Amino acid sequence: MSATPQGRGPKRANGEREAEILDVLLRADTALTPGEVAERLGGEPTYSTVVTILTRLYAKQLLVRHSRGRAYAYAPVTDEDGFAARRMRSVLEERPDRQAVLARFADGLSPSDADLLRRLLGSDPHQDQ
Amino acid sequence: MRIAVYLPLLLSLLAPLGARVMSERCEPRLATWLLTVSALVLGAASTLSLGLLAITGLIRVPLLADLGHWSVHAVQRDDPTHLWVAMIAGLLLGGAVLAVGRMLWTRARSLAAAAQQAACMPAHDGLVVIEDDTPDAYALPGLPGRVVVSTGMLHLLDDGEHDILLAHERAHLAAHHYLFVALAGLGAAANPLLRPLAAAVTYTVERWADERAAAATGDRVRVARTVGKAALAAPHTPGGRLPGHALGILGHRGLPRGAGPVPRRVAALLAPPLRHRPEIAVAAGAVLAVVACSIADATRDLHLLLELIGV
Repeated sequence: MSATPQGRGPKRANGEREAEILDVLLRADTALTPGEVAERLGGEPTYSTVVTILTRLYAKQLLVRHSRGRAYAYAPVTDEDGFAARRMRSVLEERPDRQAVLARFADGLSPSDADLLRRLLGSDPHQDQ
Repeated sequence: MRIAVYLPLLLSLLAPLGARVMSERCEPRLATWLLTVSALVLGAASTLSLGLLAITGLIRVPLLADLGHWSVHAVQRDDPTHLWVAMIAGLLLGGAVLAVGRMLWTRARSLAAAAQQAACMPAHDGLVVIEDDTPDAYALPGLPGRVVVSTGMLHLLDDGEHDILLAHERAHLAAHHYLFVALAGLGAAANPLLRPLAAAVTYTVERWADERAAAATGDRVRVARTVGKAALAAPHTPGGRLPGHALGILGHRGLPRGAGPVPRRVAALLAPPLRHRPEIAVAAGAVLAVVACSIADATRDLHLLLELIGV
């Protein structure tokens, strides 16, 4: 994370944009051209921004594209081994409300919780290791 | 109208106590239901209270009084509510409506996005395995939902522990836990005093799924160890993802006051199972009945006031 050249702020904003556009493509029944994506987003990110982000998502192998007329039409990748699903997850996870929707098996711990947990499990008489 | 209209707001102050008692002393399935229903009923009732109070302010506006054929003088004589109370209630009501609308919109969109994503994931028996060395596992709501597990998590756990993990995540999907979390959150959006109830629901659904996994495998200690193992291996999350977690839940079972949800889940699994506590359900039901009666009473009073001041 610290390896990224730009700060946390702009990167996060980009991630949210990517999530938004990925969302639009997931909702659509067919592949969409950048113009159609921009239209569905209500014109808030400009056409050129949409093209940039679509190209970036394509480079990340999250989208497939085929030419339609003079433009490319983009659609989400659906693959067999779930490779794209993982990438898609990391992008969609930038959405602010996302965490509230997932039920995670075990979240990471604060250092004090980790100590507490080790103590709880260490004192367990059924310990079998 | 004098007291009844304030009762839902006053009783909302009991939320931290209720959240603590229900989440720590009550069997988790019952606790989840009680907490969710309480958050919804109290959230709706306190919004209605604010609405009733705001109306007593609106009927003093001469233009509206003309429209409704009310006498502004009679309102000032007969209405026990101060104008400033009505104005504050109106402001709070506006805030509550905005917060509820905003939450409904973002949560509905997130759930729809999750369902879309779930539908795009190729799955065997509802399970999606992703190539990722970071141990991670979660239930993704959808129609049908998916259990997503990383290869890192699969390598971390042995076969028996895989069964526990899957039983836990499938319990989330089968019992629609995301709906309980969302509905309790809606109550808390309408009335921030109810946030401890919503925070407690995010904890009790985990406890509910833990107990389902324990019932499926017949070994609560093993479930405790699996949860602990997964949590210790998961990447550290900076605190504050769910800041409400610590609210309303104080020291219990020898845990320090600020203990996070995972140590509390593990401690609960290592302790004997909690009994059904009908008296807690009765107490919660009694509070909610008082709330419902007070709203009915306040509404009737406002109706009588409007009749009284009619010209």
